[in-house]
Amino acid sequence: MRRLINQRPGRGGALLLSMLPFILLVCTYMFYSHARLQENPGDKLLPAPATIAATLHEMAFEEDERSGDYLFWTDTVASLERLLVALAISAAIGLILGLSIGVLPYLRATIAPFVAAVSLIPPLAVLPILFIAVGLGEAAKITLIVIGVAPVIVRDLAFRTAELPGEQLIKAQTLGASTWQLVIRVVLPQLWPRLIDALRLTLGSAWLFLIAAEAIASTEGLGYRIFLVRRYLSMDVILPYVAWITLLAFFMDWLLRIVRAKAFSWAAVAN
Amino acid sequence: MTQVTVKHLWKEFAGQVVLENVNLHVDDHEFVTIVGASGCGKTTFLKMLLGIESPSRGSFLIDGEPLPDEPGPDRGIVFQRYSLFPHLTVMNNLLLGLELRGSPLFGRLFGARRRRAMERARELLEAVGLQGAADKYPAQLSGGMQQRLSIAQSVICEPKILLLDEPFGALDPGITADMHSLILKLWNMNKMTIFMVTHDLQESFALGTRVLVFDKIRVDPQSPEAFGATITFNIPLKGHRTQA
Repeated sequence: MRRLINQRPGRGGALLLSMLPFILLVCTYMFYSHARLQENPGDKLLPAPATIAATLHEMAFEEDERSGDYLFWTDTVASLERLLVALAISAAIGLILGLSIGVLPYLRATIAPFVAAVSLIPPLAVLPILFIAVGLGEAAKITLIVIGVAPVIVRDLAFRTAELPGEQLIKAQTLGASTWQLVIRVVLPQLWPRLIDALRLTLGSAWLFLIAAEAIASTEGLGYRIFLVRRYLSMDVILPYVAWITLLAFFMDWLLRIVRAKAFSWAAVAN
Repeated sequence: MTQVTVKHLWKEFAGQVVLENVNLHVDDHEFVTIVGASGCGKTTFLKMLLGIESPSRGSFLIDGEPLPDEPGPDRGIVFQRYSLFPHLTVMNNLLLGLELRGSPLFGRLFGARRRRAMERARELLEAVGLQGAADKYPAQLSGGMQQRLSIAQSVICEPKILLLDEPFGALDPGITADMHSLILKLWNMNKMTIFMVTHDLQESFALGTRVLVFDKIRVDPQSPEAFGATITFNIPLKGHRTQA
């Protein structure tokens, strides 16, 4: 009998094992849902899969009576738009500031401590300030995500820049590189894959801030819908919405991973 | 013509004397090898030539001019490791110096100018025996190939002085002979002055036209930091390398 640490599942076995917790979760849900509905057919807490499917179908493929929208899709588009705009802004800030802090000692001395302090502000605590300052519109929600995500990316990329071997930067200078050339030919190309890593890591908190902002002040969006129907105990809406958000987050993470592997094959070789 | 003149050079770090009273004159197209125990200022001396350390006292002149206070294209460097760019292929690593010089704004060459640069790079790749590896990334090369590329990368910029900081220290002993003949070939092709720090005494005599030994003359056992190292032996091996 080999030691447990040396026993490994095969390919098929690993796949099967990875499915197991999901199957277990679904089975447990079905079991308790069935039990509760037997006792009280009007129970709203654990709706039957058929009820969930019907509700989802209604929201995704039938016009809403009041607004004439397909609610599921308008919610999805609204949320994704906020999230993607905020992530794009955060990535741009993160890349430009992080790289400059990492490369320029004067800038590092000036703003690195400031960025460190800002990154410690709990973003949700400044949400009221945002609502007062920029109103309840899109700007406030996007700003909240940026405040939560950008400082993390800035600091991460500044650290990654500083991690580049000093030998490389000296070598580039002996090849005649100016500061600008050093940035665009040596530092920036090596930061792209790191930026993707940073985005993947902050994706979770970006969703957190998005849903928090939508819950408080919004008229559409995935987070808004969940918190709206909570009043009616509509688990048949909340549950598929949560699953959908999870799926979207997973897909974005997967996409970033693929882009990193395809576009920066050198990074895979170098590690 | 490149001449390096050092007069009464001292280097101190916060009360610790590293180098004291170093005097040296090196003529054009010399191959200077520097040996000595670790911690006796060999690398500090090289860093001063590179421009990332400055003398505390005394003068350090290249062609009568004081040393620049930052690295520049007239002085190439090959470190023991990490001097290649992992995101660039072998060819692009080699082209980098030419591209930086030819295009201040983008650091890239296009069209006919790029083709001319690539021709030059290909000649050099062949000279260092890497013609088959042009499209590989540095991480896919062996240690010896990486060092050959790093040397070629510096040489393509035609520096007046090439600095080598234990360039073969991390390589298998079996391939150092190849590396030695390669560096001598490039040294003769480009007529540059070479300063090479090594811990291998045999290597220093095999390659150098001048061997410098750094050591401490005075040692105070109560405070070892009180005295620095200097050049204790300056051994010219003139004529020794003319057949190389």
